[in-house]
Amino acid sequence: MEPRSRSFYLLAAFFTLFVIFLYGPVITIGILSFQGPRGGLTFPMNGVSLHWFFDLFEQQAVGDIWGSFRRSFALGLMVMSVTVVLSVMGGLAFRRRFRGSTVLFYLIIASLIIPSILVSLGVGLIFNILDLEVHWATSGFGSQLTWTLPFGLLIMFAVFNRFDKSYEEAARDLGASPWQTVRHVVLPIIAPMLIGVALFGFTLSYDEFARTLLTAGSYNTLPLEIFGMTTNVTSPVLYALGTLTTVFSFAIIGTFLLVVVILRRRRTKSGSDAGSGLV
Amino acid sequence: MTKTKTEPSKRAERISWLLVTPLTCVLGFFLLLPILTIVTVSFWNYNEWSFFPDFVLDNYAFHLTSAVTWATYLKTLKFMVLTWIFCAGIGFTVAYFLAFHVQSLPAQVALFMVCTIPFWTSNIIRMISWIPFLGRNGIANSSLIHLGIIDEPLEWLLYSDFAVVLAFVHLYALFMVVPIFNTMMRIDKSLIEAARDAGASGFQILTNVIIPLAKPGIMIGSIFVVTLVMGDFITVRHMSGGQSASVGRIISNEISLLQYPAAAASSVVLLCTVLLMIGVMMRFVDIRKEL
Repeated sequence: MEPRSRSFYLLAAFFTLFVIFLYGPVITIGILSFQGPRGGLTFPMNGVSLHWFFDLFEQQAVGDIWGSFRRSFALGLMVMSVTVVLSVMGGLAFRRRFRGSTVLFYLIIASLIIPSILVSLGVGLIFNILDLEVHWATSGFGSQLTWTLPFGLLIMFAVFNRFDKSYEEAARDLGASPWQTVRHVVLPIIAPMLIGVALFGFTLSYDEFARTLLTAGSYNTLPLEIFGMTTNVTSPVLYALGTLTTVFSFAIIGTFLLVVVILRRRRTKSGSDAGSGLV
Repeated sequence: MTKTKTEPSKRAERISWLLVTPLTCVLGFFLLLPILTIVTVSFWNYNEWSFFPDFVLDNYAFHLTSAVTWATYLKTLKFMVLTWIFCAGIGFTVAYFLAFHVQSLPAQVALFMVCTIPFWTSNIIRMISWIPFLGRNGIANSSLIHLGIIDEPLEWLLYSDFAVVLAFVHLYALFMVVPIFNTMMRIDKSLIEAARDAGASGFQILTNVIIPLAKPGIMIGSIFVVTLVMGDFITVRHMSGGQSASVGRIISNEISLLQYPAAAASSVVLLCTVLLMIGVMMRFVDIRKEL
């Protein structure tokens, strides 16, 4: 190993500053959410209390926080499941070129780069013209999929580009049907990556704002509710809510990562029996 | 003979189609159709109460001849360029550090995760979290006063163009780090050793080997940053305290005034602008190859 050069320490310092820049503000509001009952939006701390967290549970202090949380959670799960299933199907299909695959590929890329407000406006207009009522579970759900699907699909494309096809050939040689090959060989191999797709699906939906804005209807999702609060709530209750949702996001990310680690460990434990029959 | 040979590939093609049908339906109904609807409605007419089918060019005429539009585009471009410069600089440096200076793979993965986790948390909360830093009595002002650098709090920290660009960089730097790191990890390390053996200095290796090879990643990151900033309305509104305009905000204002055809025309112009920029950038990178 080479000795650490001066540029290493400079870059390491830069990286540290970047991490502080990323996390510093969030940690600050985390601390400030424990502000005393008469404390304000900035330091100094005016005592330490859970006052603002309790405030969140009182209906009149803020909007319908818990209702919007439940909706966002349900919507996140819906978007997650559909994203995982459709991404796997899409990933399998795109392993070979088919007529129209290039057009579809660019449609997927377009889905990623078209400004969110256009999707929101367009879907809102369609529902308006068709005289349908916008609702988070219909129009909101569809609009969010246009944001999560490209991420899921791009991950799956990357996964299948690196997929070793000899496993499938081996399965086929042993007489597995195409469905059995997918079910017992392909899916288990890509399972950890599916967790990644699920994580993207859930969190991107849970935090999605612009695409849901005109498509959620009269029942807000959590980000919409929080945004409404930013304009009329000027107490640390906003920070308390911010802290809670961030902690929730971290818990979700942690859970997904844990599942990946467990899957990996289980595989290394029970995966290979190579050589065990030799002795 | 030929018949039996084409049969399986035809079957495979049919299976592929079946597999992408749900995907195509979703993107068709929630992406393609909305865009077509916007284009259609941009030619419609409206009054105070409703909008109705027509064929008028007034929406475009009004949008494109308004001095406000041009000033707003200029301002949005300014935000975009500044954000891009900072994101590219930070993204490249961080990715370079992770890819070439952190030597063990587990450490690389762990530090990479540290960088990506904020991406999975709420953008709005991350915007709000700047308030205690930048406010009139915020941490930045009070520490600067404490250090004796300034006598009075700086007014331009929060609710200003500065705050907008800062928030953009905070939100979108990750979109640069990830693709650049991804391409850098695929650079064959022996190329760098070869350059060093041939007598290249560290700086020459950076400019002649690493930057050219990392170009696709830089391009993909740039595409993300450009589209996210160009279409934004929420960060600009929130961080400028409603004082700065952006193209996205023009559209969202027209929507809130229920002037849907006007909003649609503005959207079409924005869409063309963004697609033009992306089209230029796509010439430098083959996305399918980069996956």
